[in-house]
Amino acid sequence: MGSTQTKAIILDEERRIVGRALIDTGANVVRAAENAYLEALRASGIQEEEVEYVVGTGYGRYRVTFGDTQVTEISCHGRGAVHMFPGTRTVLDMGGQDTKAIRVSPNGDILDFCMNDKCSAGTGRFLGAASDALDIPLDELGPTALRAEKPVRISTTCTVFAESEVLSWLGKGKKIEDILLGVHQSIAARSVGLLRRVGIEEEVTFTGGVARNVGMVHVLNETLGLKMNVSEDSHFMGAIGAALFALDQILGSRVPARAKEDAA
Amino acid sequence: MRITAGIDVGSTYTKAVILDAEDQILGKAMVNTGFKLDQAAERALQTALAEAGLTRQQILYVVSTGYGRYQVPFRDINVTDLTAAARGSRFFFPNTHTVLDIGGQTMKALRLDERARVRSFRLNDKCAAGTGAFLEKTARYMGFSTEEIGPLVETSKEPVPISGVCAVFAESEVINHLSHGSAPADIMHGAMVSLVERSVQLMKRVRMEPEITLAGGILRFKRMADVIRRELSMQVNLPPGELVQFVGAVGAAALGHQRLKKLEQEGQKAGV
Repeated sequence: MGSTQTKAIILDEERRIVGRALIDTGANVVRAAENAYLEALRASGIQEEEVEYVVGTGYGRYRVTFGDTQVTEISCHGRGAVHMFPGTRTVLDMGGQDTKAIRVSPNGDILDFCMNDKCSAGTGRFLGAASDALDIPLDELGPTALRAEKPVRISTTCTVFAESEVLSWLGKGKKIEDILLGVHQSIAARSVGLLRRVGIEEEVTFTGGVARNVGMVHVLNETLGLKMNVSEDSHFMGAIGAALFALDQILGSRVPARAKEDAA
Repeated sequence: MRITAGIDVGSTYTKAVILDAEDQILGKAMVNTGFKLDQAAERALQTALAEAGLTRQQILYVVSTGYGRYQVPFRDINVTDLTAAARGSRFFFPNTHTVLDIGGQTMKALRLDERARVRSFRLNDKCAAGTGAFLEKTARYMGFSTEEIGPLVETSKEPVPISGVCAVFAESEVINHLSHGSAPADIMHGAMVSLVERSVQLMKRVRMEPEITLAGGILRFKRMADVIRRELSMQVNLPPGELVQFVGAVGAAALGHQRLKKLEQEGQKAGV
């Protein structure tokens, strides 16, 4: 349950994804959880009774009223990333309202993490502000930014001030793609700062909703000087991790203590 | 008659003040800054001149200040906003030792020495949560304009706690409070309390001393001064009426007189 979108994943005992759903979280968080779950069930053709264990994660995890337990999104993103890309040692999770840098062990345990959740700069919200200011849909931001030739340098840190800076660049006749690349670079710089605090060890896997933005992927790869793992299911990574923890429960092993609530 | 002008090009508004040598404010004007700062400065000066019934030629010296001070082509000199706020606060309240200036995109705390020089200052212009933009955003999330903030908050009895960590994240907090039935006035009041808590931090860091004088556009909302008095349990000076928005421009114009006097003395010494 992310601040912006709620994701549901249903795994079979072979760890294959048999159903998924993605919906806007909206104001009614409890309803969002139910709807995402029902939609994933429908997609999989599986009956609710057949699902043995449900794990909630994300900021709204306690609002998953039908959940059997909750695991922090940090543990879930770590677990999901290592499952998808076994070489993963560092995870960058960029969501709608926070960005996290996570260092994981080869079996997906969390070694260290660092997050930005007090300030919207360097999170998906910064892209949202640019999208509003320039009146461009979120999913066109990345492709547009990649057409840039001379990126502008966004000098303000704060998302609120960046909105007026974006408009003032537009007023000075700068091209939209050049402004947007500047916006992406500004976010990338802040995320890399976060990654450095936990230590960047390859492979790096990029998860969360913003990982779907090709511009962000490109700029981060360039800034880091490496190629991050990005899955088609990047934005489902937390839900996949949660489902893997649920499978652990069914298959006998316990949810690792450190992965449980308040590890964060 | 010796007359100067002070032009304060702020992030949101540009202010101009015409001042004579007897400290009389002959004219003043405030216009939206927009993106063309030089034009805003020109418009503000023209409007203030019209109010004063003066012509451009009667202004002996122009001092610019504010973040757009370098974009005032007709200035004789420019001074920092800190210097202007210090001088302007002393103009209204000669015993000022601490100034709190809250504008649309900045918040400043200054401590002054006996001669109105800035001894210590702290500034926030990096994070909107510590500036007037926080109140503007909060109002916007509830469907109110900036100018409605003042009248709205006057009707509040009890502030709703607002965390004030990030002006963007405040949106979900505000919507949450609204959906739980809190009154917009009380939410607005809570946003003010949160902003004032930040300003008190800033004043503590400059080691504030009385008297404290408030300045800046955000102080035009009367409730702000009340909240500051309560948080500090201290009296604070508030320049009368809309003049609270003109402290920087008045300070700049007053510094113009100081400068003219000095130039005259030097001229006499040199036997000119």
